[in-house]
Amino acid sequence: MTLADLSPGDSAKLDKIDTADPGVIRLMILGMVEDITVRMENIAIGGDPLEVGFFGSSVSLRKEQARHFKVTRITSVPST
Amino acid sequence: MTEGTEVKIPVRGIGIRHKARASIALIGNPNAGKSTLFNRLTGLRQTTANFPGVTVEKHLGTVQLANSAFNLVDLPGIYSLDGISVDERIAVDVTLGRVPGTQRPSGLLVVIDATHLYQGLYLLEQLLELQLPTMVVLTMIDAATANGISIDVAALQDALGGIPVYPVSNISGHGLDELKDGLEHITDVTVPSIPASWPELSETAQQLAQQLGADWQRIDVIQALLKTHPDYAGKLGKQLGSETVTELRVRLFGDAPPAAVEARRRYQWVKSVISNVQDHAPLYEKMGARLIRWTNKPWPATLLFFAVLLLVFQAVFTWATPMMDVIDSASSELGRWLVTQLGNNAFSSFLADGVIAGVGSVIIFLPQILILFLFIIVLEDTGYLARTSFLMDRVMRSVGLSGQSVIPMLSSFACAVPAIMATRVIPDRRDRIATILAAPFMTCSARLPIYALLIAAFVPDQSVGWMNLQGLVLFALYILGILGGLGTALLLKSSALRGPKPHFMLALPEFRTPNIQTVAIKLYDRGRIFLKRAGTVIFVVAILVWTLAYFPRMDTSQSPPATLLTESVDQTSIINSQAAAQMEQSWLGRIGRTIEPVFRPLGWDWRVSSAVVAGFPAREVVVAVMGTIYAVGSEADDQRLSEKLRSAKWPDGRLIFTLPMVLGLLVFYAWCLQCAATLATIRRETNSWRWPIFAWTYMTTIGYVGALIIYQVGSVL
Repeated sequence: MTLADLSPGDSAKLDKIDTADPGVIRLMILGMVEDITVRMENIAIGGDPLEVGFFGSSVSLRKEQARHFKVTRITSVPST
Repeated sequence: MTEGTEVKIPVRGIGIRHKARASIALIGNPNAGKSTLFNRLTGLRQTTANFPGVTVEKHLGTVQLANSAFNLVDLPGIYSLDGISVDERIAVDVTLGRVPGTQRPSGLLVVIDATHLYQGLYLLEQLLELQLPTMVVLTMIDAATANGISIDVAALQDALGGIPVYPVSNISGHGLDELKDGLEHITDVTVPSIPASWPELSETAQQLAQQLGADWQRIDVIQALLKTHPDYAGKLGKQLGSETVTELRVRLFGDAPPAAVEARRRYQWVKSVISNVQDHAPLYEKMGARLIRWTNKPWPATLLFFAVLLLVFQAVFTWATPMMDVIDSASSELGRWLVTQLGNNAFSSFLADGVIAGVGSVIIFLPQILILFLFIIVLEDTGYLARTSFLMDRVMRSVGLSGQSVIPMLSSFACAVPAIMATRVIPDRRDRIATILAAPFMTCSARLPIYALLIAAFVPDQSVGWMNLQGLVLFALYILGILGGLGTALLLKSSALRGPKPHFMLALPEFRTPNIQTVAIKLYDRGRIFLKRAGTVIFVVAILVWTLAYFPRMDTSQSPPATLLTESVDQTSIINSQAAAQMEQSWLGRIGRTIEPVFRPLGWDWRVSSAVVAGFPAREVVVAVMGTIYAVGSEADDQRLSEKLRSAKWPDGRLIFTLPMVLGLLVFYAWCLQCAATLATIRRETNSWRWPIFAWTYMTTIGYVGALIIYQVGSVL
């Protein structure tokens, strides 16, 4: 399962990150590294881009990059 | 806020003035509250200048403390030292002392948002490699408390190896006095020689820097190893041999990209620090916070976006009108008054029609630009602009761009100049240039007068359904501009500027109440920059057009125009027909006649051609030139000019302004790049003549071809 497969409200742990895409490295510099917990906050109309929250920050990224993040879903709480 | 008001200042003050002040760099993540802190620390003792060679403004201020003073440089926000956008790179280069003519900072004041310790500490750890005296300001303490976050400042200070940390409230300014006291000693702070997050890298780089000699700093070695600075990476390979460097890289990074390894290593450390120093108590979300969370959901957010857009447009075009009318009539009144005072001669005409009209044509845009900027700055400070990019990314992707091009595109509905400057935040150079070339297509306010004139004169004022036909045509012209811009972006992104698909990654800040002082200072700043950038160009252009239209003078001994002989004509129409005759034989008129064959296939006579030629440096002069050419005076109201246009005929009696010709003319104005200020800005921002020349040629060509097709096809039908 990758980050791109989460639904809004899902929390997940980042397991393995494929660093071949330079865009992925930009996201890692923003703090999306292995072993942190992220939450899928919002998905824009049209299914892309995504808004992911972690450590009090929100970052938006495209699905294309999100697919490089392997995740384990932890909980699914629909956002209020 | 207490300023040092002690009596002993004079003695101390003299001492300080004699020695060069230390320069401290204010650095931190975007939206960490840097500007607010900068304003609080410097008060109004600040100036804005350009960094040499680049277009990024530098904000310099003086911090006057009780016993000392230093210069503070406010830098664009960054997340790491691997900055990629123009803004980010300059922040990094100034911090590292790599900008010629800019003093290398003797200390760093690192701003960390207490609600974003995670990214703030990452940047801090990178900055510690500079081994400069460093202090940390923890901003947004009150926001953190409101979010249920509490931070053990003493524990944080310990984790950072003893670097002073000052919590400051962003709303009340609480903690500022302690910070100011601490700042007296900023240059005495010693930072840990090996930052805790990645000791292996720091140690390796330190040893290499000593081995390589004086022109290598530790941070240079680090950037060379991480390949985040290509020049240093190359230099390091040359000095050590590429095999040694490869070996070092393998030992430090394994086979993963160095930047990814750095993120993993440092964030792992940051995470452990946060778990020790930060406590996050889940709080019941307040009503306001829940509302904001709801408005961030896709559908409400998108609807809100269009509502905000509507409000901004309404404001820019409705609220600004009274102010623009005042400026307009003031400048023409002043001109008229000058002419009555000085008599009608070359000098008074130069002052009235050249200088005053020129200055007027610049400041008339100021109300719109300031209103637009006010909205943009407020939206930026609330964090909403980033969200706009998020919402519109999907649409922009269809033309090969990303959400980050949305703001510049929207700004160019007022004026392309600030829009082009706003592209600096776009990290990818190809995306940035495509956006720069698309922006001038948007219907800027300078196009509106000619649109208004032609639509009022030639489009019947009738209803189509519940809409007005004239309004519909104006709307169509806006759409035409948008299509032109997006089409251009698509074309460029799939040809000359083809590249890897743009990434779109953007930190989305949460909602914050903007600080009035910060907004006011930013607004003043941007207005000033506009006047300086666009103002000088438009002013020069106005003088140039005046010269072309005024010289050479008509020989007054020639027989008077026929109209003079008729008794019924009044004084004004005599003056107007004289002015028209003068225009006809002026350089501008001659250019119009010479160039007429070029525009003949578009159905334009020499008068229209002259007006269009005069509009090339600045399209806003077109209506005034038409007024003069058609002998109704440059100040005539649209109605009289409209009548003249409607009855203008070719020598053989056919009407000049037929519907196909007018539609073609409108298309020409929608697409043609008639603005020297825009060209100058493109030149400055792309740092080459290639793009302005391309933009001009390209837009003029498609404007011409568009008008040609419409006129020729329309005339046959």
